[in-house]
Amino acid sequence: MKKLQSTLPNMAIVLTLISVLAGGILAFVNGMTKGPIEEIKAKTLADGIKAVLNADDLNVEEPVTLENGAVVYKTDKGVAVQASDPNGFGGTLVVLVGFDESGAIQGYQVLEHAETPGLGAKSSFWFQKGEKGDIIGKNPSSNNLTVSKDGGEVDAITASTITSRAFLRAVNAAYAALSGNTSDAQTGATQQANTNE
Amino acid sequence: MSNLKVLMNGIIKENPTFVLLLGMCPTLGTTSSAFNGMSMGLATTAVLIFSNLIISLIKNLIPDMVRIPSFIVVIASLVTILQMVLQAYVPAVYASLGLFIPLIVVNCIILGRAEAFAAKNGPVASICDGIGMGLGFTLGLTSLGAVREFLGTGKIFDFALFPEDYGMLVFVLAPGAFIALGYLIAIVNKLRKA
Amino acid sequence: MANKLIVSLSPHVHSGDSVQKNMYGVIIALVPALLASLAFFGLGAAVVTLTSVAACVFFEWAITKFILKREKMTILDGSAILTGLLLAFNLPSNIPMWIIVIGALVAIGIGKMTFGGLGCNPFNPALVGRIFLLISFPVQMTTWPVPGQLTSYLDAETAATPLSIMSQALKSGDASILSQLPQSMDMLVGQTGGSMGEISAIALLLGGAFLIWKKIITWHIPVSIIATVFVLSGLMNLANPVFAGPVSQLLSGGLMLGAIFMATDYVTSPMSHKGQLIYGVAIGFLTVVIRSFGAYPEGMSFAIFIMNAFTPLINTYCKPKRFGEVVKK
Repeated sequence: MKKLQSTLPNMAIVLTLISVLAGGILAFVNGMTKGPIEEIKAKTLADGIKAVLNADDLNVEEPVTLENGAVVYKTDKGVAVQASDPNGFGGTLVVLVGFDESGAIQGYQVLEHAETPGLGAKSSFWFQKGEKGDIIGKNPSSNNLTVSKDGGEVDAITASTITSRAFLRAVNAAYAALSGNTSDAQTGATQQANTNE
Repeated sequence: MSNLKVLMNGIIKENPTFVLLLGMCPTLGTTSSAFNGMSMGLATTAVLIFSNLIISLIKNLIPDMVRIPSFIVVIASLVTILQMVLQAYVPAVYASLGLFIPLIVVNCIILGRAEAFAAKNGPVASICDGIGMGLGFTLGLTSLGAVREFLGTGKIFDFALFPEDYGMLVFVLAPGAFIALGYLIAIVNKLRKA
Repeated sequence: MANKLIVSLSPHVHSGDSVQKNMYGVIIALVPALLASLAFFGLGAAVVTLTSVAACVFFEWAITKFILKREKMTILDGSAILTGLLLAFNLPSNIPMWIIVIGALVAIGIGKMTFGGLGCNPFNPALVGRIFLLISFPVQMTTWPVPGQLTSYLDAETAATPLSIMSQALKSGDASILSQLPQSMDMLVGQTGGSMGEISAIALLLGGAFLIWKKIITWHIPVSIIATVFVLSGLMNLANPVFAGPVSQLLSGGLMLGAIFMATDYVTSPMSHKGQLIYGVAIGFLTVVIRSFGAYPEGMSFAIFIMNAFTPLINTYCKPKRFGEVVKK
């Protein structure tokens, strides 16, 4: 087949054809993958909530977003709160913290951070169960969740006191969001679901 | 050139990472671990094979003056399809490569091979070139990723070889990518001359 | 007889300078700072210095012999010893030995020999080693032992340095934290935490005076760096007291060590006096900017590193006049 000449009508027709074809194919693939993508996004959030609450199956109620940006996900096995602190070493630190009905921390995940790798970035595991700065099981209302340098009872990440402070402020903010939100809307379902723990 | 020769050409003689130095952005950006490097390499290979095939098939329909925009539309569509498919079915890979998937569109290897090879050769040879170049790129990215992961965290493909505390963090970060790539190119050059 | 008459191109007059003479001059100038670090950190300082110097000399020898396969050995010209000393001065005195060895390998191997050895390296090798270690092992590289623990090495107690106090004040926006800064007098003598060679500003100044007296370096680079940092941090302190004052800025961290010993490295600094002033002012400016707004508390090493990269460009525009050159009309 001979090559098409670069005349104006030829170029216009070819480019239009290619674009229309590409658009059509993309629309088709988009329609095919839209469902699975939505599912996966929802699943990622649900997995995060499950992980911080140490529960395998739970029902999440409609999330409540507070004025300060904290998001409260109430479930039948406790409450997960997404909260943040803007004064990390490299910027905002966003955490998802799970609390049981008494307010004790069940687990946490660092969702977003811009901390220094090897230093502040360790916050994703430093405060987990069995690690040096273990905060799991502690209750922000009775335990002083600040770094030991400030008189608190949490060991800061080595050489990253600023990150540790920001992290703990975010955790305390999450607790504040929780107590401010559950005090007026404490449901019987939450208490019942937790009696078996 | 026989098709096999075309295929091997991309893997060894004209390896896009170590010899042609094409596609440096994903090479440096995504190779923080062997797995990430390999995923990026395979994703690029997939796009490369299809773009080479499509372009070699439609090359005579495209007037010369609009060939670059036409190629870009084809490549961009393929990359968008790949992005949606990855996001829907392999979210772990999508999460670790993130921004770099849409950037495959501007990877010089793909447009370069479309222009230099697929636009001048038949579909079968073009597929061979796509596979060869793609595998060469994958090989480069995987080895760079493996070196960085090993020196940075003491692991290769998440398999621990020495405790992570002894890892040199700089290799996981961007400066380490440049250092490791430089030394790998030096070693490859030395081996090619020998 | 034939071998004794060497006919070469001009210049024929030799000033008597040589690589050895200059290198050993700098090493002598580092002795006061070395003594100060031995007095404050005792055993740790001795172990770190010896390991670093020995490792640097060893890698220089091994790379010249086995990888470059050169006949001429360069280990005695003093440059590897100097790199080792400067690297040691940039480390905390409680750093494990294996990290020092990695630092020495990077300094000599990547920083110097990859580019072809002394004279060809674009960056100060000791700085390459330091920055590599700082990014690779941030925990070990940023926990500084308290001075005065003469018999401890790995087990020394650590404390915040003046620089970490400064960056803490900045991040929290609370100027009152700055009152925890040690007295200027203590910082001048060296009674504060920090890396080995940088804690005693007075010992470093003494070494600097020796270097200028012996004409090994000129005043341009150190003075322009110190003046820039003083003026810039003074202005920032006046504008907002969260930024630490100029005196604390000058006496803390690696500023003196960097200004006097690291930035003045012959190979990696500009040749003309005008170029050296541009280089020094830019280093001072970058140091204050990185200290105030960067992710790491110390900016001196990064600032010198960045300006090392600009040195060829500065040299292009500020060429020293060649001897005997005719002024263009």
